[in-house]
Amino acid sequence: MTTWKARLPGVTGHRLFWPVVVLVTLVAANAVYRPSFLAIEVKDGHLYGSLIDILRLSAPLILVALGMTLVIATGGIDLSVGSVVAVSGAVACLYISRQPDQGDVGTVLTALVIAAGVALLLGAWNGMLVAVIGIQPIIATLILMVAGRGLAQLVTSGQIITINSSPYRMIGTGHLLTLPFAIILALAVTLAVAVLTRRTALGMIIEAVGGNAEASRLAGIRARRVKLLVYVVSAACAAVAGFMMTANVSSADGNSAGLWVELDAILAVVIGGTSLAGGRFYLSGTIVGALIIQTLTTSVYAMNIDPQTSLLFKAMVVIVVCLIQAPAFRARFRRRRGAAAPPPVPVDQQKEQVAAP
Amino acid sequence: MSTTQLTPRLGRPTWWRLPRRQVPVLVSLGLLLLMYGIGVSQYRAFSNIQVIFNVFIDNGFLLVVAIGMTFVILTGGIDLSVGSVVAMTAMVSAALLREGLPSALVLLIALLIGPTLGFVMGCVIHFFDIQPFIVTLAGMFFARGLCTWISSVSVPISDGFWTAAAQERIRIGDNFVTVSVLITVAVVALAAYTLAYTRLGRNVYAIGGNPQSALLMGLPVGRTRIAVYTISGLCSAIGGILLSFYTLSGAPLIAVGMELDAIAAVVIGGTLLTGGAGYVLGTVLGVLVLGVIQTLITFDGTLNSWWTKIVIGGLLFAFILLQRLIAIRKK
Amino acid sequence: MSDRHPVLTMTAISKFFPGVRALDGVDFRLFPGEVHALMGENGAGKSTLIKVLTGVYGSDAGTIMLDGAPVSFTGPRQATAAGVSTVYQEVNLCPNLSVAENIFIGRQPQRFGTVNWREMRRRAGTLLARLDLDIDVGELLGGYSLAVQQMVAIARAVDVRARVLILDEPTSSLDADEVAQLMRIMRQLRDEGIAILFVTHFLDQVYEIADRITVLRNGRLVGEYPTADLPQYALVEKMIGKELDTLERLDEQAGRDLAAVETGVPVVEATGLARTGSVAPFSLTIHQGEVVGMAGLLGSGRTEVARLFFGADRADRGRLAVDGQPVTIRGPVAAIDRNIAFCSENRRTEGLVGDLSVRENIILAMQAARGWLRPVPRRRQDELVRRYVEALSIRPNDPDMPVRNLSGGNQQKVLLARWLITEPRLLILDEPTRGIDIGAKAEIQRLVVQLSDGGMAVLFISAELEEVLRLSHKVAVMRDRQLVTQLANDDSLDAERVMRVIASGAEQKGRDQA
Repeated sequence: MTTWKARLPGVTGHRLFWPVVVLVTLVAANAVYRPSFLAIEVKDGHLYGSLIDILRLSAPLILVALGMTLVIATGGIDLSVGSVVAVSGAVACLYISRQPDQGDVGTVLTALVIAAGVALLLGAWNGMLVAVIGIQPIIATLILMVAGRGLAQLVTSGQIITINSSPYRMIGTGHLLTLPFAIILALAVTLAVAVLTRRTALGMIIEAVGGNAEASRLAGIRARRVKLLVYVVSAACAAVAGFMMTANVSSADGNSAGLWVELDAILAVVIGGTSLAGGRFYLSGTIVGALIIQTLTTSVYAMNIDPQTSLLFKAMVVIVVCLIQAPAFRARFRRRRGAAAPPPVPVDQQKEQVAAP
Repeated sequence: MSTTQLTPRLGRPTWWRLPRRQVPVLVSLGLLLLMYGIGVSQYRAFSNIQVIFNVFIDNGFLLVVAIGMTFVILTGGIDLSVGSVVAMTAMVSAALLREGLPSALVLLIALLIGPTLGFVMGCVIHFFDIQPFIVTLAGMFFARGLCTWISSVSVPISDGFWTAAAQERIRIGDNFVTVSVLITVAVVALAAYTLAYTRLGRNVYAIGGNPQSALLMGLPVGRTRIAVYTISGLCSAIGGILLSFYTLSGAPLIAVGMELDAIAAVVIGGTLLTGGAGYVLGTVLGVLVLGVIQTLITFDGTLNSWWTKIVIGGLLFAFILLQRLIAIRKK
Repeated sequence: MSDRHPVLTMTAISKFFPGVRALDGVDFRLFPGEVHALMGENGAGKSTLIKVLTGVYGSDAGTIMLDGAPVSFTGPRQATAAGVSTVYQEVNLCPNLSVAENIFIGRQPQRFGTVNWREMRRRAGTLLARLDLDIDVGELLGGYSLAVQQMVAIARAVDVRARVLILDEPTSSLDADEVAQLMRIMRQLRDEGIAILFVTHFLDQVYEIADRITVLRNGRLVGEYPTADLPQYALVEKMIGKELDTLERLDEQAGRDLAAVETGVPVVEATGLARTGSVAPFSLTIHQGEVVGMAGLLGSGRTEVARLFFGADRADRGRLAVDGQPVTIRGPVAAIDRNIAFCSENRRTEGLVGDLSVRENIILAMQAARGWLRPVPRRRQDELVRRYVEALSIRPNDPDMPVRNLSGGNQQKVLLARWLITEPRLLILDEPTRGIDIGAKAEIQRLVVQLSDGGMAVLFISAELEEVLRLSHKVAVMRDRQLVTQLANDDSLDAERVMRVIASGAEQKGRDQA
C-alpha cells in the first residue's frame, strides 16, 4: 500500500511564503518610490517613520483580525465586528464625556470596563445564535452588523461625541518605551490570544471543531462552548480596536467608526493562510495579512491617490491570494504544466477507502 | 398487491403543509399591512395613496437590486458587490455624459459593465470553487475603487435624456409615479416570469435546493450559477441607472451598504438564505417593509434615522428565527 | 435468457485509485427485462463499478458496450441521455420543488420558451399512475415519505426512456410495506423490458426479485449466477470469502473460553435498547476482558448498535447499564465519562481530523475530557504519543505529520491510539481492519487479544467472519437491523455456521420471520 507522502514543502511551499513576498514587495516598491520610506528617526525619545506609522495604523486591524481568525478557524465568520468597534468606542466615549473630570485615569478605566462588558454581551449574542440556535454564522452575525450600527448611533445620538481625556488618548496616540502605545497594545493582545490558544488546548480544539465537526463530537469535544467562546473573544478584540480607533481621534462617530473593518479583517485572515472553511489557523499569517493591507493603504496615500482607490489594489490582492490558495486553481495550473502531477484523489466521492486487494 | 391501501399512508401530505411554503411571505405581508395600518392610524397624511407611490419612487433602485440579489440567494450564494456596482454604474454614466457621449451609447455601456463584472465573478466562483462571499467582496472593492478612480467628487448630470427621465411625472389619477417606477415594475414582472416559467429560473431553485442533486439530475449547474451573478450584475446596473435618474449625479460614496439593505429585504421577504425557496413577490414586500419603516420614522419626526437600522436588525432576527423554526420542524 | 443479446456489457473493467485497486478486470452484463443483483461487501467495488458505468469516474481499462456499440460517458447527464439512469440510496432530488417538477426539471414541456406547468402536471400524473402511485404532483417533494421520494426518482429515471435502470441501495431506508411497493414497481418495469441493476444489502429482497446475481469481492469478479442456482448460504460465502490462508495466523486458539470471562457484573448491559428506523430492540452484555464479535452484512445494523452504546445516536427505547448502574447516555461526552470508546468505521469523516497532526489526533479525546483549560503537558503528550506510535508501529514515525498523509492502516492505528490513551473499559471497534494492509490487520487483531487479556471489554465489529471468530468470546449476529442470535465461540462454532445464520436469520430453522 502506498502512502501518500506530503510533497516536501520547500521554501515556496511554506504557508507564509507568498504573503511575506507580497509584503516585502510592497515595502520595496515604496522604498524605491520614496527612499525616505525606510528611515526611522528618534524624536523626543519616540520612534518615528513610515514603517512605524504602518505598524501603528495597522494595530486596530490586527486586533480585529486576531479575533476573526479564531472565529473563521471554527468554520464561522463574524460580520459584526465593525459594529462592535463602533458600539464599544461610542460607549466608552459617552461615559467619559459625561464625567466632570475626563482626564481621570479611574474614569477612563471604568469607561473601558463598561464598554468591554457591552462588547462581550454582543459577542455572547452572536455566539448564542450560532452555537445554541444553530443559525449559519454569516447570517447570524449579519443581524448585529446591521443593528449594531444603529445601536452605536443610538448611543451617540447620531452625533460625534468629542472628548478631552489624555489617558484615553494615550491608547491611540501615546508612546511607551519609545514605541507608539497602540503597537504595544496590539502586541500584548496578540500575545494574549497566542497564549490563550497555544498554551492551553483551546487552539487545537478550535482547529478540531473547524476541521471536522463530527469527528470532534465523537471525540467528546463540546463544540458549543468553544464556538460561543470564539465569538466572545472576537467581540473583545473588536472592543479594544474600537477604543484605539476612537482614541486616535478623541471622538466617537457611531456611523463611520470601524466601517468595513470586518471585510479587511476577513481579508487579513484569508491572506494569512487560514481557510475560510475552518481548521488550521495561523495568527502570524493573519498579522502579515493585516500589515499587507495597511501597507497597501499607506502606500496609496503616499502616492497621492484617493484612499478609496486603494480598494482597486485591494481587490486585486484578494483575488490573487485567493486564487493562489484555491485548490481548484492550483489543480488547473498543475494540469497545464504537465502530466507529472497525480490526478486528484476522488476520496470525497468514494464511500470510504476501498479495500486493498 | 393492492396499492390502494398503501398509497394513502405513503403519499398523503398533512393539511398544514400546504400553506407552509408561503408562511414567510404571508408573515411579511401581514407585517407590511400592520405597519401601514399603524401609519394610517397615527398620521392622517399617511392614508394618501401618494405615500405608497413615494415608497416606490424612493426605493425603486433598491428593489431592482434586491431582485438581482434574490436570484443569487435562491441558489444559496451571496453577492456583496451590488452597492458598489450601483455606484460604479451611476459614476460611469455621469463621467461619460460629461465627456459628451450620446446618451444612448452611455446607457448601453453603463448597462454592460455590471453584468460583465457579475459574469467574471460567477466564473471565478464556479471554476475555481472560491466562496461567493470572498469573490463578490473583491468585486465590491474593485467597483468601489473604480468609482473613486474615475472621480473623487460627485459628478452632476445635465444630459437631456437623464433630466427628462428624472423629471417626467406619469399621472395616475390624482397621483403620479416616475419613469423609474415603471422600469422597476417591468423588472419585477420579468424576474417573476423568469423564475416561475423558464428552465433557467427553475434550475435556480433546484440548485438552491440541493446542488449535488441538481448535478446528478443533469442540470447545467455551472451555467446557471454564472447566470445568476450576471443577472445580479445587470440588476445592479439598472439600479445604478435608476439611482442616477433619482440623484442626477454620480457620486463615489453613494449606495454604500446597499448590499445589506438588499440582503435584508430579501430575507424579510421570506427567501431562505440557504437557497431554494422564495419569491420575487416576497422581495417586493421586503423592500416595501423597509420603505414603510423609513416613511414611518420620517413622519414621526422624533425618532431618529438609526432606529431604522435597529428595527431592520430586529426584523432580520425575527425572520431568520422563523426560517430556522420552519427548518427544524421539517426534520 | 442467454439466447438474447445483453443490452449492456462491461468487459475487463479496471479502476485504480492511488494505492488502491478498486476494480480489477471486472466483467458485467445486463439483459433487457431482468433484475440483476450486484452483491458484495464494503470495498468490493460495487459503487465504483456503477460510477464507472455512469461516467462519474473514467475507467483505467476495459470497455463498455451499450446495445452493441462502445460507449464512454463523461457524466451522469450523458449516461441518462443514452438511457442509463441511476437512482441512489440518498434520494437525489430537490425537496424544495414539486413532485411534477422533480420528474421533469431540465426537460419541462414548454410553449414558446415558457414552462407549461399544466402539461407538466398532467404528464407527471400519468406517469405516476403508471407506477400506481396516487399522490398530488403539485405538492413539494420534501413533504412526502422517503419511499415516495424514491419512487418519484424512479419515475424521473424511467421517463427519460431508460433502458438500463440502476437502483443503488434504494431500499436502505424503507420499511417492509414500502419495500413491497418498490418491488412491485421493479417487476412492472422489468416486464416492460427495462434492464434493472439492483444493489442491496438485504438478501431476502435479492431472492425475492433478482433473476441473476453478480458477486464482487475486493474489486474482483467472483462470478455471475442465476439466482435459482445460488443458495443464500453460498451467496454469503462468496461475498465474505475466506482470507484465512492469506493472513498471518495468530496463535491459534480454538475458540475462546466464554465461561472464564462471563463473570461478575457486566461492563455494559443493554436491555431492549433500540432506535426507531435504525435498529430493533436488542439485549447484549459485555463483561470485563470479553470480546464480543459482531457479525452481519453491511447495512444489517452493526454500526447502529455501536453508535447507540456510545451515544453517537440517542436510543429512544430500552435501558443501558454500566457496571450495573442504569445510565442514560445523551451523547459521546457522557459515554466517554463512563470510559466507553468508539472507533468509527468512517475514519476520514467521523474519526480523524485530517488537518491535525498525528500527535494532536492521538491526544484529542483525552484533551476533550480534560477541557481546554487543562492542556495535556507537552512532555506527557510526547511520551504518550511516542509510546503508542511505537507500540502500534505507526508509520511514518513523525508525530507532527498531518494525519491525512498517512495510509489507511496507520490512520486506523492513530484512531486506536487516541482511545487507548484514555484507558477505556469498553472499546468499540467498528470495522477496524477494513481497507488496511494485511500486516496492519494482523497487528490490530493481536492488539485486541492483548487488550482483552488485560481486562478491557471489546465490541468488535467486522464483516470478516474469520477475524470475528478468531478474536471473540461470543458472536452476536445482526441481520436486517435485528440482533438475531448470540453464539458462544466454542469449538463447534465455525464460519459456516455463522454464515448460515446470517443467510437465514436463525439457526437450524427455515427463514426467519423478518
